[in-house]
Amino acid sequence: MSTGTLPVPGVSARPRVADLVRTGSRRRRLVDALMRLLSVLATLLILVPLVALVGYVIANGLPWMDMEFLASAPVDEVHGGALNAIVGSLQMVPLATLLAAPIGILGGIYVAEIAGPRTAGGVRFAADVMVGLPSVVVGVFVYTVLVVPFHTYSAVAGVISLAVIMIPVIVRSTEEILRLVPNAVREGGLALGMPRWRAITRVVLRAGLGGILTGVMLAVARASGETAPLLLTALGSRLVNVGELNKPMDSLPTFIYTNSGQPSPVLVGQAWAAALLLLVFVLVANVVARVISGRRSSGGSR
Amino acid sequence: MPDRAFAILAGAGALLIGFLLVAIALRLLVSSIDTWRTFGLIGFVVGQVWDVGAVVYGALPFIAGTLVTAGLAMLIAVPLGVLAAIYLAEFAPRRLAMPLVTLIELIAAIPSVVIGLWGLVVLTPILRDTVESWVTSLFPDVPFLAGPPLGSDIFTASLILAVMVTPTIVALGREVILALPANYREAYVGLGATRWETVATVVLPSVRAGLLGACILALGRAMGETMAVTMTIGNADRIPTGLFDQGQTIASKIATSFVEASSAEETSALLALGLVLMVLTLIVGIIARMLVGRSRTAVG
Repeated sequence: MSTGTLPVPGVSARPRVADLVRTGSRRRRLVDALMRLLSVLATLLILVPLVALVGYVIANGLPWMDMEFLASAPVDEVHGGALNAIVGSLQMVPLATLLAAPIGILGGIYVAEIAGPRTAGGVRFAADVMVGLPSVVVGVFVYTVLVVPFHTYSAVAGVISLAVIMIPVIVRSTEEILRLVPNAVREGGLALGMPRWRAITRVVLRAGLGGILTGVMLAVARASGETAPLLLTALGSRLVNVGELNKPMDSLPTFIYTNSGQPSPVLVGQAWAAALLLLVFVLVANVVARVISGRRSSGGSR
Repeated sequence: MPDRAFAILAGAGALLIGFLLVAIALRLLVSSIDTWRTFGLIGFVVGQVWDVGAVVYGALPFIAGTLVTAGLAMLIAVPLGVLAAIYLAEFAPRRLAMPLVTLIELIAAIPSVVIGLWGLVVLTPILRDTVESWVTSLFPDVPFLAGPPLGSDIFTASLILAVMVTPTIVALGREVILALPANYREAYVGLGATRWETVATVVLPSVRAGLLGACILALGRAMGETMAVTMTIGNADRIPTGLFDQGQTIASKIATSFVEASSAEETSALLALGLVLMVLTLIVGIIARMLVGRSRTAVG
């Protein structure tokens, strides 16, 4: 844009208004470019830890990812694997999902389809607050209701605490998706003579199914990485626990936590391998969730 | 009739949430009642000593640790997060913005314990031998920056927290900015303003409340974050005296001590800490949601 100042005959050397505006606009454009650059740098800087972390987890975890790690329980400082944790996570997370998904989806349906605006607002508010509740608080709560009375840490308590964390997430995502289902779909179902509950379950729910599954998937991803509530409820265990839900059970997150502080480099290496397993699962679950719904993160039009 | 049954069933699912919220608060209060009786609300909250042997329990070291680490994290996360949100909403080409947003949202999905492992094993020694030892040797007389550099300390924990909560600010901040109608910008650009001037004079003032809400939401997350902090903060039950001192947040104190608690009094005091954390995050979360909600409705 800057064309330079052409010498104009017969004009004095005094700075002209036009020149002032032009130099002024040069400074303004400089500020503009500088702030754009800063904002790009900020964005890149935020991504640095992600890249570094994923790189370290792969580099440190992959060498320990062998059959011994995947198929045996912990033995001693240099032997054994994470079977106890893998088996534990594979039980507690699906069980928590089985518990939380129906409750959460029903709650979401209620807020979006049935409740009046005031009730809906209240439940939405409560769910938002619950989502923001630190998971360690949920762990402490479940400890007082399920660990203290039964005098033992247990997988059941772990499952319940994970479910408590998942339910509000699923309620909110279900509700937001159902809100996007056009009224015509709803009315179409009712016009066919369906009672309201059938219209909701057969028509509305089907229209929003992808989005609802996305919400459930994101909740599963979140639950599978939860550590603090499991430490206080399922505790963790060096034994492979299959189906004994009234006994302590290990999980990948608690395995990572306990192993990370060990002096043995083998155990720390196993923590990295477990972290790799967990990270792959969580990231894949997130990506799959986004694919199911086509696009989750807000784009909007501008 | 099945309509009614279905409504009741679904309503039960929704009501469960409110019930859980109340149940958690009441349960924590009831289970920690001995602590509140012994020390009183004020006495517990401002008590500076946590001594299991002497049966003295004060929450101030942990409240201070929570506020200091979360505050420091915000000092890093807010400018970075807001700038990135501006870039992704205003400057970046759409085809670039979408994958970048997805990547940043994936950071938020990484389990806390994995970030903690990275912080503990990788970041802690690096920070100890670089930034921390430089700063402590450069300013040997500033108490706030006193050494020895330990690696596992307030500084590292705050940095980790910043990494973890910045995505929240970026994702929410970007949504809030995008919700602003385009004609706000167009009018100003039409006057000859640069894009940045438009952002600074039109966009940011209009979305102030929403951005503030996003930041406060991130603050709430930072205050409640447990594992990554537990693994990097050094776990010392005292009010931190400096940036490189070890400390403990409420959440990390519960995570490290709860299972090993040796007496009913200690468990009760830890549950009281849990209640304090719940109340703190509730207040912060409610403020944040009111701000974000207001800016969305005001614009939409």
